[in-house]
Amino acid sequence: MIETQIPALIALAFVLFAILIPVFSLWRSELAQPLAVVGSGLAATLSLFGFINYLNNGAIRYFFGGWEPPIGIEFVYDGLSAFMVLVINTIALLVLIHSKHISKREFPGKEMPYFTMAMLMMLGFNGMVLTGDLFNFYVFLEISSLASYALIAIGEKQAPFSAFRYLIIGTTGGTLYLLGIGFLYTVTGTLNLIDMSAMLPMVADNTAVIAALILMIVGIGVKAALFPMHGWLPDAYTYASSSSTALIAPIGTKVAAYMLFRIVLYLFGVELIDAVAPLTTVIGVLACIGILYGSIMAIAQTELKRMLAFSSISQIGYIIMGLSLANPFGFAGALLHVVNHAAMKACLFLVSGNLRLKEGHTNITRFDDSFRKKYPWTMASFTVAAISMVGLPPLAGFFSKWYLALGTIDNENWLFLAVILVSSLLNAVYFFRILEKVYMKNPDAADKETIAADVKRNEVSTSMLTPTIILALSLFVIGFANAVIVGFLMNIFPMQ
Amino acid sequence: MLDFFFGHYAYWFSIILFSIGMYGMLFKKTLIKKIIGLSILQSSVILFFVSVASKVDATVPVYDYNIPVENVANYMNPLPHTLMLTAIVVGVATLGVAFTLLIAIYNRYQTLDEQELIERIHD
Repeated sequence: MIETQIPALIALAFVLFAILIPVFSLWRSELAQPLAVVGSGLAATLSLFGFINYLNNGAIRYFFGGWEPPIGIEFVYDGLSAFMVLVINTIALLVLIHSKHISKREFPGKEMPYFTMAMLMMLGFNGMVLTGDLFNFYVFLEISSLASYALIAIGEKQAPFSAFRYLIIGTTGGTLYLLGIGFLYTVTGTLNLIDMSAMLPMVADNTAVIAALILMIVGIGVKAALFPMHGWLPDAYTYASSSSTALIAPIGTKVAAYMLFRIVLYLFGVELIDAVAPLTTVIGVLACIGILYGSIMAIAQTELKRMLAFSSISQIGYIIMGLSLANPFGFAGALLHVVNHAAMKACLFLVSGNLRLKEGHTNITRFDDSFRKKYPWTMASFTVAAISMVGLPPLAGFFSKWYLALGTIDNENWLFLAVILVSSLLNAVYFFRILEKVYMKNPDAADKETIAADVKRNEVSTSMLTPTIILALSLFVIGFANAVIVGFLMNIFPMQ
Repeated sequence: MLDFFFGHYAYWFSIILFSIGMYGMLFKKTLIKKIIGLSILQSSVILFFVSVASKVDATVPVYDYNIPVENVANYMNPLPHTLMLTAIVVGVATLGVAFTLLIAIYNRYQTLDEQELIERIHD
């Protein structure tokens, strides 16, 4: 019986804990972080059960209040959304476990609002993934955005200004998306995704449809940091608190990219779009420019968090590129990259959080070989995630790039293939320069260029180390289990 | 041609408002004015939805004994209005967050002028 309620329960778990955290914090303020962990743990468990249930019994359409669409609002729990919900809630659980010490160090006394906001933001993200209604998506988009503006504003001195910039750009994006919904509503008279996708072929020659699509792609592209709309991202990620960045970076842009998948592949369908204008190619070319731009800018950075932020712009490009390929390999590669990048980026941002807590900075020019003696496990996790970002087998990052490359070969799109190969090389440049600084000298040797031998092991506490190591190990697991995941993803490809 | 302009005058006002809002956000130097521009931009979309819902010679969507329910042309479409109630709430919340951020910025840098602010950040 409970299986059919799972879509609503996942979202409700976050609502419940968004209320419980302020209430219990009145009594004991140190309860905020454990409660947030319990809340996201509950949601992650429910999504795991829901995913297993999906594999056994198929998709669920949850009608709120028993009102069937197109009158009522529904949550659609199909393969794609079940998969996404599982990924984002698992990552959120690990990051929230990690944020215990960082929250005490970086914003003491503000744990209660911080973790309440984190719960509300996760509610927004889960709602965005689960909803089957375009306007409902807008509402969840704004819930998650408003919470993430608040989370980004907690941090260094200039964090509120970068959050303000994000607010201006992000709200404009949301408004453009709303205008796009307005166009679609006037020509189809419905807001339900499934209902509308049945009606769109009948009105495909109306210019309002393609105008709506462009408005929606621009609006969501802002949230996904698709190339020309990425301007808010580097500042927002750099100056926010380490735990905010680790929570938003792996999840936020992926959820927006997921909505682009929903709109382009499920709602409109590539044939309908390409009959009017070659928009999928345009998106693909923008993604390629984004991949190269992000990688090159990442090489130029001296601050680890800023480098990772630019690398995020480049990695979101891969996901959007897989979307523009619109074949099974591209689809599976892109969604596998959603998982991989969520795990890799979360791991890398947790490492930067660990280093900030212990060293007080993440300036790459001041990294040296003492790090490998002081933080053996943190740096080992960093190495695994970095090598996975570059894309060496058997780590996870290799396989998503492999399937994306297969997708480009399938479409005979040699430009995109070249971009994938070149950007892997650029990834190698900006990650190996750090690994070279940390690992290429021997701290115990008597060589005068090496650091003093009195450097002691100074690893972070278990609550921070465990999520970092779990994420690093998960890259091996995803890498070895890639055939299973890709088989699942190929099955849910919408255009057989 | 004139019919096209005057027949759609409500939409032209939406477009004008949209442009004013966009202009305010892009070219005004004071951060508060940028927020005002943002608010105007949102209002333009809200008014667009409301004008979409209007019908000539239609009444409010409350059941009238003289008009059968089947005559949908005699009732206005209530859904866009309902959606816009939610969008207005979203707009209010956005304004609240934006002003909170401005207070935080002002407390840290003692200015809300974008140019001065960027100079003080780089000092």
